[in-house]
Amino acid sequence: MTALHPQALISENLRADFPILQQKMHDKPLVYLDSAASAQKPQIVIDTISSFYETGYANIHRGVYKLSQDATEAYEHARNVVRDFIGAAEAREIIFTRGTTEAINLVAQTYGRSALGPGDEVLITEMEHHSNIVPWQILCEQTGAKLVVGLMDDTGTLLLKNFAELINARTKLVAVSHVSNALGTINPVREIIELAHAQNIPVLLDGAQAAPHMPIDVQALDVDFYTFSGHKVYGPTGIGVLYGKAALLEAMPPYQGGGDMILSVTFEKTEYNEIPHKFEAGTPNISGVIGLGVALEYLQGIGMDRIAAHEAALLSYATEKLEEIPQVTIIGTAKEKAGVISFAVEGIHPHDLGTIFDMDGVAIRAGHHCAQPVMEHFGVPATARASFGLYNNFEDVDMLVQTIQHAMEVFS
Amino acid sequence: MSDLRALYQEVILDHSKNPRNFRVPDPVDHFANGINPLCGDKLTVYLHVVDGVIDDISFEGSGCAISTASASMMTQRLKGQTVEQANAVFEQFHELLTSSVEQKTSDDQLGKLSVFSGVREFPMRVKCATLAWHTLQSALSGEQADVSTE
Repeated sequence: MTALHPQALISENLRADFPILQQKMHDKPLVYLDSAASAQKPQIVIDTISSFYETGYANIHRGVYKLSQDATEAYEHARNVVRDFIGAAEAREIIFTRGTTEAINLVAQTYGRSALGPGDEVLITEMEHHSNIVPWQILCEQTGAKLVVGLMDDTGTLLLKNFAELINARTKLVAVSHVSNALGTINPVREIIELAHAQNIPVLLDGAQAAPHMPIDVQALDVDFYTFSGHKVYGPTGIGVLYGKAALLEAMPPYQGGGDMILSVTFEKTEYNEIPHKFEAGTPNISGVIGLGVALEYLQGIGMDRIAAHEAALLSYATEKLEEIPQVTIIGTAKEKAGVISFAVEGIHPHDLGTIFDMDGVAIRAGHHCAQPVMEHFGVPATARASFGLYNNFEDVDMLVQTIQHAMEVFS
Repeated sequence: MSDLRALYQEVILDHSKNPRNFRVPDPVDHFANGINPLCGDKLTVYLHVVDGVIDDISFEGSGCAISTASASMMTQRLKGQTVEQANAVFEQFHELLTSSVEQKTSDDQLGKLSVFSGVREFPMRVKCATLAWHTLQSALSGEQADVSTE
């Protein structure tokens, strides 16, 4: 079977950078196909975090002593790495958050609270993750605004014409996933941004599933807000990024009050700090930021173009192999897709598939993928989902296929 | 492998593919909805109780093999039982799924339900096996609120 494999685009040596992949699961080699839920961490990220705590740790933006200065420099260096990774103009446009979820909530509660009123609209799509639905529902309850949903077709492709028609004078924000987590669809974000900007409406992109898989250039996209999570780009959990255009961030009220986000405090009046610090109240996740910076440098060392091509090759091989099994239906067959493959196996519930896969050492996601409206569209309670990372290879796809066969045997 | 065979026994697969008492009975005097938000399983348990005896019991819904088979076999096991007996069976069933060692009690009331002992090795799946039973309890207690495993 291996002889038929297409050329791998990323060296097998990179797999060795991920210690967790060297272990066995239920006495079988671990085949990790759940990177869309969270990616595994390369040794350099693990080592950087542990050595920071061992030799470099202090609070930042405070101490006059060297340890604190060095920690501050490492933290701000990571901000610059993020700026470079997404092609932002200035480091002050990078806000560190707990993750994509907090980044979206931040925009909803600051930009949204100040810009939206009764009768205004927030436009999203049918394929959003719950984290790009619920913050807007909360905002709509608070402001009397309305949530409007652009539809997709049965391949999981956004109906762009329908979407364009939904943009109107009452639309105050467009918030769309760059890549769908449940279906893998890559949305036509350039066109969406052009449509919205034609009516002076800002656009937020949920980049949680895009940032790990493709080069991102926020300036070329001319996007207003871009969000992503550290743990999905091979970095630590509990850290994420909100990019915002400087002019927008400066005009927005603060999100949380506390230390670090102020210039001066009296009981009469508080002067807020400059961006990005205005949005980073309290001692931040310092080691998380530093770990994230190293993860992004690691990805840049490989090249996001190479990672995208490698995962595209895996996706196309997996799609071909799964289509050969008559009992398998792939859910999400858009032309433009990133390395996610959601599927159903006739007569076997995804949860049962997940258990059988686990016993074969194969980790996949089974469930609604925090996208219940997507499940509803396709009339399924849940799907099984395999997703790829830079460390996956064609043998992993072969194991996926073998395990589906095994599950069908168990259920026959 | 042996663990998987122990989990997906013939009887369980049979009930999951051809669930028994998969219908709405007439009349119904108790019912409740159960959901497992983790995997999207949803089912409704219906009861007709006469003088403290379960005269009819059935269910509808969609779920994994374990939750469907458990619901199906529950309806077979409890039809004709008193409400107290049903509660006692659930207690033993729960013990079977969660105890660390196999315990054979002298008053084993589980009968065919003991095929679910394999679930013990899969702690993530215990909620699948108990969903119908928690929903039954909710139906019997007369609370019409939906039951969630979370």
